[in-house]
Amino acid sequence: MATNTLSTEKKFNWGGGKSPFSVSYGKLMMWIFLLSDAFTFSSLLIAYGFIRYSFQSPIHNLVVKPFDHLSHDFVQEMVEKTKYFVQDHWPSPELVFNHFPFIHGMHLPLFFVSLMTFILILSSVTMVLAVEAGHRNAKSEVSKYMLMTIIGGAMFLGCQAWEWTTFIGEGARLFGNPYGPRSFAALFFIVTGFHGFHVFSGVVLNVIIYINVLKGTYEKRGHYEMVEKVGLYWHFVDLVWVFVFTFFYLI
Amino acid sequence: MSDHNIDNHHEEHEHHKDSFLSKYVFSMDHKMIARQFLITGIIMGTIGMLMSMIFRLQLAYPDMTFPFLEGIIGHWGKDGKLDPNFYLALITIHGTIMVFYVLTAGLSGTFSNLLIPLQVGARDMASPFMNMLSYWFFFASSCVLLFSLFVDGGPASAGWTVYPPLSALPKAIPGSGTGMTLWLVAMILFIASALLGGINYIATILNMRTKGMKMTRLPLTIWAFLVTAILGLLSFPVLLGGSLLLVFDRSFGTSFYLSEIVAEFAGGIERTGGSPILFQHLFWFLGHPEVYIILLPALGITSEVIATNARKPIFGYRAMIGSILAIGVLSFIVWGHHMFITGMNPFLGSVFMLGTLIIAVPSAVKTFNYLATLWQGNLKLTPAMMFAIGLVSFFISGGLTGIYLGNAALDINLHDTYFVVAHFHLVMGSAAIFGMMAGIYHWYPKLFGRMMNETAGHIHFWLTIISAYCVFFPMHFLGLAGVPRRYYANTAYDQFDVFVDMNQFITIAALLGGLAQLIFLVNFFYNIFKGKRSPQNPWDSNTLEWTAPVEHFHGNWIGEIPHVYRWAYDYSKPGAEQDFIPQNVPDEGQTDCMEEAVGLPAIGNHAASAEA
Repeated sequence: MATNTLSTEKKFNWGGGKSPFSVSYGKLMMWIFLLSDAFTFSSLLIAYGFIRYSFQSPIHNLVVKPFDHLSHDFVQEMVEKTKYFVQDHWPSPELVFNHFPFIHGMHLPLFFVSLMTFILILSSVTMVLAVEAGHRNAKSEVSKYMLMTIIGGAMFLGCQAWEWTTFIGEGARLFGNPYGPRSFAALFFIVTGFHGFHVFSGVVLNVIIYINVLKGTYEKRGHYEMVEKVGLYWHFVDLVWVFVFTFFYLI
Repeated sequence: MSDHNIDNHHEEHEHHKDSFLSKYVFSMDHKMIARQFLITGIIMGTIGMLMSMIFRLQLAYPDMTFPFLEGIIGHWGKDGKLDPNFYLALITIHGTIMVFYVLTAGLSGTFSNLLIPLQVGARDMASPFMNMLSYWFFFASSCVLLFSLFVDGGPASAGWTVYPPLSALPKAIPGSGTGMTLWLVAMILFIASALLGGINYIATILNMRTKGMKMTRLPLTIWAFLVTAILGLLSFPVLLGGSLLLVFDRSFGTSFYLSEIVAEFAGGIERTGGSPILFQHLFWFLGHPEVYIILLPALGITSEVIATNARKPIFGYRAMIGSILAIGVLSFIVWGHHMFITGMNPFLGSVFMLGTLIIAVPSAVKTFNYLATLWQGNLKLTPAMMFAIGLVSFFISGGLTGIYLGNAALDINLHDTYFVVAHFHLVMGSAAIFGMMAGIYHWYPKLFGRMMNETAGHIHFWLTIISAYCVFFPMHFLGLAGVPRRYYANTAYDQFDVFVDMNQFITIAALLGGLAQLIFLVNFFYNIFKGKRSPQNPWDSNTLEWTAPVEHFHGNWIGEIPHVYRWAYDYSKPGAEQDFIPQNVPDEGQTDCMEEAVGLPAIGNHAASAEA
């Protein structure tokens, strides 16, 4: 029988009395939760795709080049000069998201969001380092890298706040926007908002774990598995951002 | 390392003090949580059933007045006439309560909680705290839903599927207002409860089985609960996303589900660019797996009850697991069969049709395996066994009409008629309720340590199955003649006048069926306090829960958790002293019991040795 050809080790793994994946139930639960959360994000992104592709694709930008100077009122100029923001075409994201803090009047397509993405990915790197230090039970290193991860997350949230403020300042609302189809801004707010909420929860969790690391809770416990669990969550939030970034900004 | 963690974890939870609050209210013991789920589910079920009585009266006697209605539902039943808007609210809330609160939380919440730790041999769920949280989210959700009955405009009235635009425009119908908002709040709480529960069930089944409890030695109940939990885990989040967008459409002026046609219909509002079909896709991506979230636990319970009471090994154990898995996978790719008339591409329709009809294969595997298990068994017709056989009956008679409805061409004619109502009330409603009843009668001794009255159980069974068939079978003919569902009255259509008698017959049967449930309610609640004390293993069953003492305490077993040496279905084994061998009895003849689990009946020793 086919089942008898299983290696003895594998039989032992699934034979009960121990975890078949050699992980604790807590870590397994985090994986299962992330799987289910992935479906929540998928449903929102599929709704985005469904609505976006009921409109015509963005008009390809041939007029405005990066670093071109534009007037202070970006949107106004885009609407008048380029005629690229119309009701039946999805707006081209590079024309919408072209601002950078403290630099006015210049067309910098997706520069700022690239910076945000870079910060978030860096915070994932520091999280990896924290988990790795946790395996070595190196308390001071864990706390150092956890702190850096928290700072990275907070910076990302700050960037998102600035991005939203600019976007709203130009007239984007849930019920309408100057760039074209009324669902454009609504979907942007809901999906990046839902992701931002996840980042915010992640930062809160990280702070709690950071405090526990400082208090020595995990040192007493003998392992830093909690750092690993929030690490899983943090990487997931990062991964989701890669998809959000691709769908909302790049294509 | 992980083993070590698990042990620590249990010690922490075994030694806590039992105040009234921590024992009966905020209990973290899975057995108490199961009882909480069950009793909440029974209360919700009673409310849902009473609602159906009211709208059945309206359907049978649209011209009569019932003065007592004003006493029950106040201004909605003014002068003894049911308000049409409240009729819509009643069918919506009846559907919501039955589908989500009774058959999802009440059924899988109760039995997953009770049986998973006991049958896999664990001291409790992986996270007892999350388990408690799961119940209290469910409780809050039930309260919000019941509260919505009393708000201005009445509860949600867009049907249990809450399609936009009725659900998206707060001014569409009276029930689209606050009631609809509360429905969505209740649903989001419910999803949180389902996810907390589901994560726990999966982690417990995979990680916390006792020594020797291989996946191929799990009772089929556990397999059913595992796949159910996975289905819930992957489909409820999609409803969460869909509800989130609906909340924004209702309250914040977005237009994800509102298209040009809707906007014009609603008086030229500036809400365009979306599509109501999007909601249907998101809803049915949950909605179809939800059908199996309801049905699979009932099927798992039936497998266990039938094998125990037929005193025979379950026929085709592996085939049963395979069919559960196949149903689980297929349930995710057939949601479009609820949407054949939305104008989908005929090719897409045929793809969904193909998937839908393929589900008949694993369903038939299960049916034939039940019949083969019953065949020449030494049947013990306990009430639980009667209800389990009743489930098989409903599963066949309701499942056959699924083949008609799954056909895209036929569905254009049958969609939104009473044929659909008949189909899903038989295969999903009655079948799952019968599975739940089988579970209650079978595990009542485990839940409450006492026995239910068998005679009352038999009376309950016969009245229920007769009235259920009398209610739902005639509906097929109504539906084939084109009588639409969800209509307040059909008096405006002359061609439906011939069905007046049939509608009255259905209503009388429904009222009798409702009365029969009183027998159950009395039997259930009376025996919690006054029933005969149950022995430890009243049904001579093999599974591990019957090796635990009758008295409940946190930790399930005194001393060590029993180890498992065999599968759960060693009934009537030739050469054995008794006609059952519990799973924790060591097997002297064999060191490796993999062969036992191939799914052959143990009496077929020749066949087994030939294959080996």
